[in-house]
Amino acid sequence: MSHNHDFSNLLWTTFLASGILVYVFAGLYSSRKLKNWPIHRYIFWIIGTLSLIIGAFLMGKPSHHSFGTHMLIHLLIGMISPLFLVLSAPMTLILKSLNVSHARIVTCVLKSKLINFFINPFVAAVMNAGGLWLLYTTGLYTKMQASALLHVLVHLHLFLAGYLSALSIIYIDPVHRRYSFKIRAIVLVATIAAHDILSKFIYAHPPKGVSLNEAHSGAMLMYYGGDAVELIILIVLCYQWFKAEKPRKSYVLANDP
Amino acid sequence: MRNNATSDNYRYSSRNVWSGILFGIGIAAFIDECIFHQLLHWHHFYDNSTTAVGLVSDGLFHAFSWFATIAGLFLFADLRRRNVLWAGKWWGGVLLGAGGFQLYDGTIQHKLLRIHQIRYYVDILPYDLTWNILAVIMTVLGILLILRAKQQSLKTRGTN
Repeated sequence: MSHNHDFSNLLWTTFLASGILVYVFAGLYSSRKLKNWPIHRYIFWIIGTLSLIIGAFLMGKPSHHSFGTHMLIHLLIGMISPLFLVLSAPMTLILKSLNVSHARIVTCVLKSKLINFFINPFVAAVMNAGGLWLLYTTGLYTKMQASALLHVLVHLHLFLAGYLSALSIIYIDPVHRRYSFKIRAIVLVATIAAHDILSKFIYAHPPKGVSLNEAHSGAMLMYYGGDAVELIILIVLCYQWFKAEKPRKSYVLANDP
Repeated sequence: MRNNATSDNYRYSSRNVWSGILFGIGIAAFIDECIFHQLLHWHHFYDNSTTAVGLVSDGLFHAFSWFATIAGLFLFADLRRRNVLWAGKWWGGVLLGAGGFQLYDGTIQHKLLRIHQIRYYVDILPYDLTWNILAVIMTVLGILLILRAKQQSLKTRGTN
């Protein structure tokens, strides 16, 4: 059993670590052809991948039954990793590394109805917050502890929903159908609120099989840890507004006394 | 040139008030969290008498206050960048936002929705009174500042 765990951990880690290598090679390759791929994007990708590796590693540990550890995994896989992966703009890097005809195919896929459906801020928010409410307020959390398959599926959902949620709010990679800052800000505030309300709800009403003490520390980690990550998304969103709102040069000159 | 600059001041006049209000809400919520929750431990994370509506209101306001702090500051930076910052309106907005939030927190959230009290195991009345009277003073001062700035702008507009 433990050998099995070690093996699957090794497999995961190798797979994810090779993601770092692929990204770095693609970055260097596109830097030779085009403008230099920025250093901070490499760093974001590495942070995102490492969070995923640590999260996956903790998942495989037998101690995953503790609610506190589960929340830490949730924070790493569902929030920190997706945010930093989005900030590293992998789709832009793919488009820059491919030749024109291949890049066109990728763009066509990105423009498809299916992709646009999922990166609609409302859909992504419902997938994200709705999934969390299902997980902690129905029997799903308890069932997940008993089934390895369900355990992996739930965490896969946490990761994907977290990624879509960040992608739908901050536009760094190309997005076909764009929503206004106002709409994205409203959806983001609603998502953060749903997250905060849920963590206080868990504090008072823990899922079955979780002791009140464990629920208290887990809920506080969810509340404040979530806040910290959401704060980064808020700053990036507002900064994007600030850049888009920049007055035109001629306009500034005209105002100079 | 000057005319152009003053007309810009009018165009961004409400942005000054909004930037102030948002930052005021944010800073009031931030002080509430830092001082009363984390440092003094007077406020509780969760109080067993909290109603369901209280939980929703608390979550919405908590989320909105983070957004308000950051958006208010970026709006402030935008006003400075355009050279249209209007101190009277901005500070009026800050006081109105902070006072309004504190009044809502002190009356509706603490009393009606019973999220948590200001402090536990003490006579709560003096705390509630101080909290809410301060909130009213800030709100009124904020409104007065904004009105005064508005009057000033009408006067200068008249002489132009």
